[in-house]
Amino acid sequence: MQGGAAGLAFRGRTASIGFAHGPLVRVDAGTNGERIAGSLVEEALDLRKAIDAASGQIAELAAIAGGEAAQILEFQVALLEDEDFIEAIFTAISEGDAADVAWRSALDEQIADYNSAEDEYLKARCSDLADLRDRIISILRGGGGEAPKIPSGAVVCADDLPPSRFLEIDWSAGGGLALLRGSPTSHVAMLARARGIPMVVQLGAIPEIGATALLDGEGATLELDPSAEQLRLFEKRREIHRKSRASARAILRRPTASWRGERIKLLINIQRVEDLDHADAQYADGIGLMRTEFLLAERGGLPDEETQYRAYAAVLRWADRRPVTIRTFDAGGDKPVPGFTIDGEANPFLGVRGLRLCLARPEIFSVQLRALARAAVHGNLRVMFPMVTAPDEFESGRKLFVEIVQRLQAEGIAAMLPELGIMVEVPAAALAIATFKASFFSIGSNDLAQYVLACDRSNGALAPLMDPLHPALLELIARTAEHGRRAGTSVSLCGDMASDPRCLPALLNCGLRELSVNASALAQIKQTIDRLSSGGGLG
Amino acid sequence: MLDKADGQIITENVRLVHAVGMHARPAVKLTKLAKKFQAQISVRVAGAAEWINAKSVAKIMAMRAAHGSTIEIKASGSDAQAAVAALVNLIATDFPDEAS
Repeated sequence: MQGGAAGLAFRGRTASIGFAHGPLVRVDAGTNGERIAGSLVEEALDLRKAIDAASGQIAELAAIAGGEAAQILEFQVALLEDEDFIEAIFTAISEGDAADVAWRSALDEQIADYNSAEDEYLKARCSDLADLRDRIISILRGGGGEAPKIPSGAVVCADDLPPSRFLEIDWSAGGGLALLRGSPTSHVAMLARARGIPMVVQLGAIPEIGATALLDGEGATLELDPSAEQLRLFEKRREIHRKSRASARAILRRPTASWRGERIKLLINIQRVEDLDHADAQYADGIGLMRTEFLLAERGGLPDEETQYRAYAAVLRWADRRPVTIRTFDAGGDKPVPGFTIDGEANPFLGVRGLRLCLARPEIFSVQLRALARAAVHGNLRVMFPMVTAPDEFESGRKLFVEIVQRLQAEGIAAMLPELGIMVEVPAAALAIATFKASFFSIGSNDLAQYVLACDRSNGALAPLMDPLHPALLELIARTAEHGRRAGTSVSLCGDMASDPRCLPALLNCGLRELSVNASALAQIKQTIDRLSSGGGLG
Repeated sequence: MLDKADGQIITENVRLVHAVGMHARPAVKLTKLAKKFQAQISVRVAGAAEWINAKSVAKIMAMRAAHGSTIEIKASGSDAQAAVAALVNLIATDFPDEAS
C-alpha cells in the first residue's frame, strides 16, 4: 500500500470506552518557537500579562466545562494566584532570566518533584502542570494559546494531552483520543469519560504515517488506514456498543441479575477508596476485590495501622451489609515496593510475592491484619490472601490472624476474625482446590492465565497466545467452581475476564455465579447476563 | 491550645482524614479559605522542621501530607483565631464541597 500504515493495529490501555472513526490528527506541544527577550522590566511585564491572559482563558474553559473539569482547572488558577510561587519567578526575572526561561524552570522543577512521587495520583498532576507551563509559554511567544485546528470527529493522537487542550477541542461531532503515553487516572482521562469520548492510552510508538484511524476504546486498539474488512468489524463492534448502552442503564437499576433462574451476584473491584465514587458502584452486590497496594504507594513509607484501618472501615461503612472482600498486600512480581519486596530476584513473577512475601515479612503483615481485624467489626468483611500455592501457607496466614485478633481482644480493642479465603491464581492451587480449608475462593484469572499459558501478560508479542478462553484455563475455572458447589463454598472470579462480555457465556457455563467487575463495566455485564438469560446472544 | 489575647500566636492540631491525603482538590480548598483571612497562617505536618505558608498552593502540595497525618496550624493577626478555627473545621470535615 502507498502509505505504509495500511492495516497497522496498536494496542494500549483503555481510559474511556467508546468508538471513533475519523481523520488521524497529530498534536504536538508546539512550544519550540524562538522568543527574543526584552529588558528586565519588559520581561516582568510580559509574564504578568501572560499570567492574566492565561487566568482568563482557564476561567473561560472552566465555565464551559463545569463540574469535574472546572475543579481540575481550579488547581491551575490557584497556582497562578500563589504569590509565593509567582514571586520566586519574578525574582529570577529581576536577576536577568528571560520571562519564558524563568517560568519554564519553575514549572519544570514542580513537574520533576511530582514526577518523583510514588503516588500515581500525584504523578498524574504532572500533565496539568505541563499544560499550564505550555499555555503561558505559548502566550509569551505570541501564540495566544489558540485552539489547535482539528477537524470534527478526528482521532487525536498525541504523546500526552493536557486537560485544557482537551477542552479546547470541539468534540461535539465525536472523535477520539489516542495517547502514546498518558494514564487512565489522568485528569484528561476523567474528562474523556465524562464527555463519553473514547480514549486509549499507552499505545507506545506509532509511526508518523496514516490518514484515517479507527479507535476502539473498549478493545483499547488503534487501527491506521483500515482495510474494508477491519472497518466492517469495527462498525459491527461499534453498533453492538451503541445498542447496548441505552438498555444497560435501565437494567443496571434492577435489583439482581439472574441466568437460567439462578441469581448471579455482581460485585465490583476497587483499587482505592475513591473508586466508590463511581456513579454505578451503588448498584453492586458488594465488593469482590479491594486491592490494598495503593496504601503502599503513599508517601512516607509503609502505612501505619491507623491509616489502613480508616481506609478499610470507610469501605465497610459504604457497603453497609453487603460483603466486602479485601485482599492483603499483593506486592512483588510486577509490583515492587521499596522496603517491602525483595530486590534482585531473577524471576519476580515466580518469586517471593503475595502471601509468600507477607509471611516472610510478618512485622509488615501483622500491621495489616490488625487493621483488618479492627475494621471487621464495621461490616461484612472477608479477607483473602493472594498467590497461595499450598494449604500450609494459608494456614500460617490464618494462625497469625487468629493470634492478632486474640491479642487485640485481650487489649480491650474491638476486633474480630473475618471470613478467610484465597485467591486462586496459582495453577497448583486450582488443581488441588479441595485441600484448602478456605471459607471462599476468588479466581484471579489474570495471573492464573499468565501462569497456565506461560505468557507474560504485559508482553505484546504474546498477545495472540493470551487467550482467556483457552480450554486449559476454563477447565481450571470449572473445577474450582464445581468444588465450591459441592462443598458449599462461594467461588467468584475477579480478573479482567469478568468485565469482558465475550467471556461471560463461558464463565457462566463453567458454573460461576459470582463475578467481580470494574464499576465502569457493571452495567454492560448485567445487561449481557440479562440478554444471555433471555436466550439471546452477545449482540 | 487557644490563646485569646490579640496579637498572640494561635495554634491547633487536626488530623487529615481525607482518603488520599493533601492532594490537589483539598490543597486548593485550604489555600482559598486561608486567603479569606488577614492573618498570617502557617501549617506543617506534625514534627516537620519547616512551617509552610497556608496561602501557597504549591507549597501545600509539596508538603505531601499523607492520609492520617496530623496537621499543625498556627496563625497570627487580628483574625487569627477565626482563621485557625475555620481551617481546622475544613480539614476535620474532610473538605466538603461548598453549598454555593
